[in-house]
Amino acid sequence: MTDITPSQTPSQARATVKHIAYVLSENPVTLIAFAMFAFFISCAVLGPSLVPYDPLATNSTRALEPPSWDHWFGTDNLGRDVFSRVIVATRLDLTISVAAVALSFVIGSILGGIAGYWGGWLDAVLNRVLDTIMAFPLFVLAMGVVAALGNTVENIIYATAIINIPFYARLVRAEVNIRRNAGFAQAAKLSGNSDLRVLAFHIFPNALPPMMVQVSLNLGWAILNAAGLSFIGLGVRPPTPEWGIMVAEGANFIVSGEWWLALFPGLWLMLAVFTFNLLGDGLRDIVDPRKRT
Amino acid sequence: MLSVKDLSVAFRTRKGEVNAVRGVSFDVAQGETLGIVGESGSGKSVTSYAVLRILDEGGEIRTGEVSFNATDLRAARESAMRDIRGGQISMIFQNPRAALNPIRKVGHQIEDVLRRHGKATRSDAKAKAIEALEAVRIRDAAARYDAYPFELSGGMCQRVVIAIALACDPQLLIADEPTTGLDITTQKAVMDLVQDLIHERGMGSMVITHDLGLAAEYCDRIVVMKDGEIVEQGTPATLFSRPRHPYTHRLVEATPRIGGTIRGLLPAEARTPAPRHMVQDRPVLELIDVRKTFQSKSGPVEAVKGVSFTIKQGQSLGLVGESGSGKSTTSEMIVRLSDPTGGKILFEGQDISATPAVRFARHPLRRDIQMVFQDATDSLNPRDTAASAISEPLRRIDRMRGTKLSARVDELADMVGLPRNLLTRYPHQLSGGQKARVGIARAITLNPKLLILDEPTAALDVSIQALVLNLLVDLRAQLGMSYLFVSHDLNVVRLLCDQVLVMRGGEIIEQGPTAEVMTGPTHDYTRALLASAPQPPAQAVA
Repeated sequence: MTDITPSQTPSQARATVKHIAYVLSENPVTLIAFAMFAFFISCAVLGPSLVPYDPLATNSTRALEPPSWDHWFGTDNLGRDVFSRVIVATRLDLTISVAAVALSFVIGSILGGIAGYWGGWLDAVLNRVLDTIMAFPLFVLAMGVVAALGNTVENIIYATAIINIPFYARLVRAEVNIRRNAGFAQAAKLSGNSDLRVLAFHIFPNALPPMMVQVSLNLGWAILNAAGLSFIGLGVRPPTPEWGIMVAEGANFIVSGEWWLALFPGLWLMLAVFTFNLLGDGLRDIVDPRKRT
Repeated sequence: MLSVKDLSVAFRTRKGEVNAVRGVSFDVAQGETLGIVGESGSGKSVTSYAVLRILDEGGEIRTGEVSFNATDLRAARESAMRDIRGGQISMIFQNPRAALNPIRKVGHQIEDVLRRHGKATRSDAKAKAIEALEAVRIRDAAARYDAYPFELSGGMCQRVVIAIALACDPQLLIADEPTTGLDITTQKAVMDLVQDLIHERGMGSMVITHDLGLAAEYCDRIVVMKDGEIVEQGTPATLFSRPRHPYTHRLVEATPRIGGTIRGLLPAEARTPAPRHMVQDRPVLELIDVRKTFQSKSGPVEAVKGVSFTIKQGQSLGLVGESGSGKSTTSEMIVRLSDPTGGKILFEGQDISATPAVRFARHPLRRDIQMVFQDATDSLNPRDTAASAISEPLRRIDRMRGTKLSARVDELADMVGLPRNLLTRYPHQLSGGQKARVGIARAITLNPKLLILDEPTAALDVSIQALVLNLLVDLRAQLGMSYLFVSHDLNVVRLLCDQVLVMRGGEIIEQGPTAEVMTGPTHDYTRALLASAPQPPAQAVA
């Protein structure tokens, strides 16, 4: 946004790094969240090359073994290593949630920005459309979308994005609306900015801090959503390792005492959601220049 | 009655401890009005909060004694303090709108206090609340009882706040900047009312203000605070005529008054001869019967009803009026942020109102008409550094980049007296005066021919205001700009402007050379305005 200002010198970049370091050191919870986030990211990137077993390789001689030194999280009914499957699944689950959230962030920001800045009938129409989306039970809507479009990873992403758009659009609309007549927006017009530029480069960035909180909450929620869809058999299909499917498959074995099948993927799912939820405050503080002193 | 001895207050902040108030002692006697005067950050509000023990989080009274009618307020239990607050000591806050609960009827809010302090029962609360509203001279009090704060004007809201404060017959009233944000005629009405009520009831009061003129007019004794300490105290007459402390002296000088000069606002050592600006007999801006009508739910509202005037090249025109007079709407139309519903705006003979405001960003005359906004904080993007705010017009209109751009930004910073090392800061890291300078620098980057100044000093302390006004005078002489100076402060207009226009209800009711209008106003309203402006007592000739 402001990358072409003369002040954007190396010292500015250093200040940003210092600021991030400050935010992390100020709040230990944020530090933990970022550390866990880094862990999940490295699992997603490096996971498949690090895990001890092929997540798809079956071994009927060692089926349904409890956790041991050979198989940390035990093995499933086909003798696959649960630990390897949980780690490898990270990539797919993160991809789905990040892509879905990014998509809804972009679309929601555009729609909300337009509605908030220009108002009028555009605003009214958009709001009613968003209300309509929100009137559905969101998970059922996502199910419907996946069922209608077909059972693929892309469609899970689209479905998750669609149900998230209203949250972003409303947030951006409110943030833009309170600032559209602010002094700095008017000053930007006097500096020769068109309305579109004022909206995109002067008003919208001010909506980022609350957006970051929304993003992090939504990332966790999107993972749950994707896992939920897989759990009921929509979306990712077995034998692809995915937390939702693994919990779904493992659930059948809890009664017979093989608890590790469902517990570990479920635990990972919980940890991921937990991480994203904690991340919010830290992200907000990082993108808010007012936190710098 | 109230006695404060050696009071110190400290705040814990991210950068360590800040001593906001350091060893302050004063007394308020019954029936006396004490004025606490100081600039922002002097600790005057914190002192009053400490008395009531309503300090913000992180604030703590470190040392000192606060006693009220022989009660030790520092040691008093919190439950006892709750009885004292509003019952025996009450407070009027700075922003009346913020001090009232927006979703409750004002009558109910008065009842709350009355019933909290056992001054009314459920059955007679309403009658007593109406009585309290009548006491602050609200006409038709019974009808106002049912009003919500948003339905009332600023002055009316402040009256309600006063009614709440006085409802339980307190002995001491603390008024923290009670008239900030109110028009001067309203200010006078509110202050007169407070004074009368205090005298009627024989109460003591503390008036906290940054306005020396106001303090001089309404206070029996004045305490001047600076950086958490009391530097001087005395009666208004002696304080103004023979200030002993250099800070008081500077403060008195920086307060605009009749017969003062613009350089006279500065400390004596900084006074250079005032530059002269040349007025040429060539109009820069002409407004011909400009009108603006807004469509509201209750029908069209005529904000500006046919305004015509001319600004000559190099001339400074003062546009004076109270809120709702249409002066801001007029300046918005001139600066092309909104379109007039009728009439023409000519800039050097060219009709600029022909280009709609939405497309004016690309108009070749965009660079020639710039504006300094009223609220410097609000007019700077919190996400942009000072340098990027100043350079924005250059980047957008002149397409300037790189070293040439940073050189120009440095030059502008020097021109407005902003230290260069502050350029990389964000607005929240700058003081009010520094933000005002950034706003001015941004407005003059393109060497505009006409600069519209919308109350550029309204939010500033007097000493900063003195510097900013002098800067504006220097820049005017240096760059040959014409000014349209929108203000409600007649004392400031008197110093800066050649011509003055008085607006009321969307119409110009009086115009002429500043000296003539100020000394011989022909319209009653102008006379009322002039009479309402608080005047500091004349200073002894140094």
